[in-house]
Amino acid sequence: MDEIMTLTFEVPGDDFTRAGEASSAVKKRLKQLGFDPDTIRRVAIAMYEGEINMVIHANGGDIQVDITPKAIDMRLRDNGPGIENIELAMQEGYSTAPDNVRSLGFGAGMGLPNMKKYTDEMKIESELGVGTTVSMRVLT
Amino acid sequence: MNSDKFFHSVTLDSEKCKGCINCIKRCPTEAIRVRNGKAHIITQRCIDCGECIRVCPHHAKKATYDPLSVMHQFRYKIALPAPALYGQFNNLDDINIILNALLLMGFDDVYEVSKAAELVSDCTRKMMREGKLPRPIISSACPAVTRLIRVRFPELIDNILPLNAPVELAARLAKKQFSERMQVPVEEIGAIFISPCAAKVTAVKMPLGVEKSHIDAVVAISEVYPKLLPYMKEVDQQTEQELSDSGRIGVSWGNSGGEAAALLNESYLAADGVENVIRVLEDLEDEKFSKLEFVELNACSPGCVGGVLTVENPYVARSKLKRLRKYLPVACNHIAQEIPPDAKFDTPLVFVPVLKLDNDISVAMEKMKEIERITANLQGLDCGSCGAPSCRALAEDVVRGLASEDDCIFKLRRHMHSLVDELAKFDGYIPPPFRLPEDDAGAQESQSY
Repeated sequence: MDEIMTLTFEVPGDDFTRAGEASSAVKKRLKQLGFDPDTIRRVAIAMYEGEINMVIHANGGDIQVDITPKAIDMRLRDNGPGIENIELAMQEGYSTAPDNVRSLGFGAGMGLPNMKKYTDEMKIESELGVGTTVSMRVLT
Repeated sequence: MNSDKFFHSVTLDSEKCKGCINCIKRCPTEAIRVRNGKAHIITQRCIDCGECIRVCPHHAKKATYDPLSVMHQFRYKIALPAPALYGQFNNLDDINIILNALLLMGFDDVYEVSKAAELVSDCTRKMMREGKLPRPIISSACPAVTRLIRVRFPELIDNILPLNAPVELAARLAKKQFSERMQVPVEEIGAIFISPCAAKVTAVKMPLGVEKSHIDAVVAISEVYPKLLPYMKEVDQQTEQELSDSGRIGVSWGNSGGEAAALLNESYLAADGVENVIRVLEDLEDEKFSKLEFVELNACSPGCVGGVLTVENPYVARSKLKRLRKYLPVACNHIAQEIPPDAKFDTPLVFVPVLKLDNDISVAMEKMKEIERITANLQGLDCGSCGAPSCRALAEDVVRGLASEDDCIFKLRRHMHSLVDELAKFDGYIPPPFRLPEDDAGAQESQSY
């Protein structure tokens, strides 16, 4: 099985009201492709969390989603400030989100933990001042 | 469920249809295409929400329902008036006038749907206390919403409250009680729903959650209303029977937020209007709400009073309901210890993947790549002139083998332009006998034509 479908998205960093559009588009595609509801849900939530993070912390970036019948791979890449302490960031409840987004109900410190929880594999590569790349895989 | 024969209440009067694009653009499940100058409903996708009926400027979309004369088919007939009916009349301050008028009209008994609604509310409160259902619980009362979830939101099916809509419970209880009281066989009793809603017609003919509906006929409020008015004038308030037995909770079910408020729980959300409903369902799917206990969704705005079979302006009707319930007790109907079996779904709901491209994911992926390719080549105006609601929908139709890329009028125009360009090249062509030597360079190019 080498069939693969790749979707790419630019995530604009300057418009918070558009955050979540990419994950919503992926969800729609996966439904039409006939993936099972639980797989779709896990991809949609993990990607949504990652996408929101890119907008809140990193002024946007790009997302590539590779779909095969066996797995969905997501790569979220930004040129933001980088994560100082990944271990700390992975802790539930730890957040550096600014107040303006907290008032919208974000910034509960559950983004990264949820991404880990809903995916089968997750890798974070981050360099301070350069950017962060999060790779996630959901097996079908 | 694949053996569904897909009865629909929403149908087309093709004489009146002008083949315009109003309905195709409004349909929440992209279930309409214009072919040969007429709208066609893709029955597997239609959820009977009635949006196309509302939006059609030519009144070509209509709801089918039973005529009021259907009542004569039954030896005994019981009217099941929806709470929305109460909101249709001017200067009415007593529900009993409507119910007595229904008896004068020829019904043998009346059972208010709002009574059953209070029982459903009671059952819901009990089930929420037991805490076994996945949260948030989504109301099952609006048949268009249940059908929408069934075709578009598979992961939310388990969140649907597994209780029958009030009118179904009302039909069951009404027949049982009448049969016992009058000592007549249930088979001779007809339960006739006076409905604001086209989707309820479908819900009766092709029920979800129940094997066979106990409702025998569905008549439209819009047909009953003018016939009921003269009888209402006849009702003598001195001698009228005390027939109404509903409280605020039951009557409030007629408008959006009523069912949710009846749960006496702060953590609820109520949305109405099919586009708003879809937005809420999408956010629910992404688990964007936390600590939400109950979600009430109505395809019509603002709730059942906005159904396509009503006569009064929906917002006026809502105000009238508010006035009518003002001095009513909170509720008049309560369940005994256990949830009555009549209130529960007989059969579980199942996902119907009508939007899926193929059963084989690999094949579906190939098809989707093709859809993306075709979409990218289309104009992106979503003009609807091809008969599909958007460029992407046309691309999907092409891949499903239901349309051709050339159906796009922009593509057609491009073809014509290139044809004209080809022809224009001959414009400058001068045959050799008339050609001057300096023209030769340019003419050579044309010679190939």
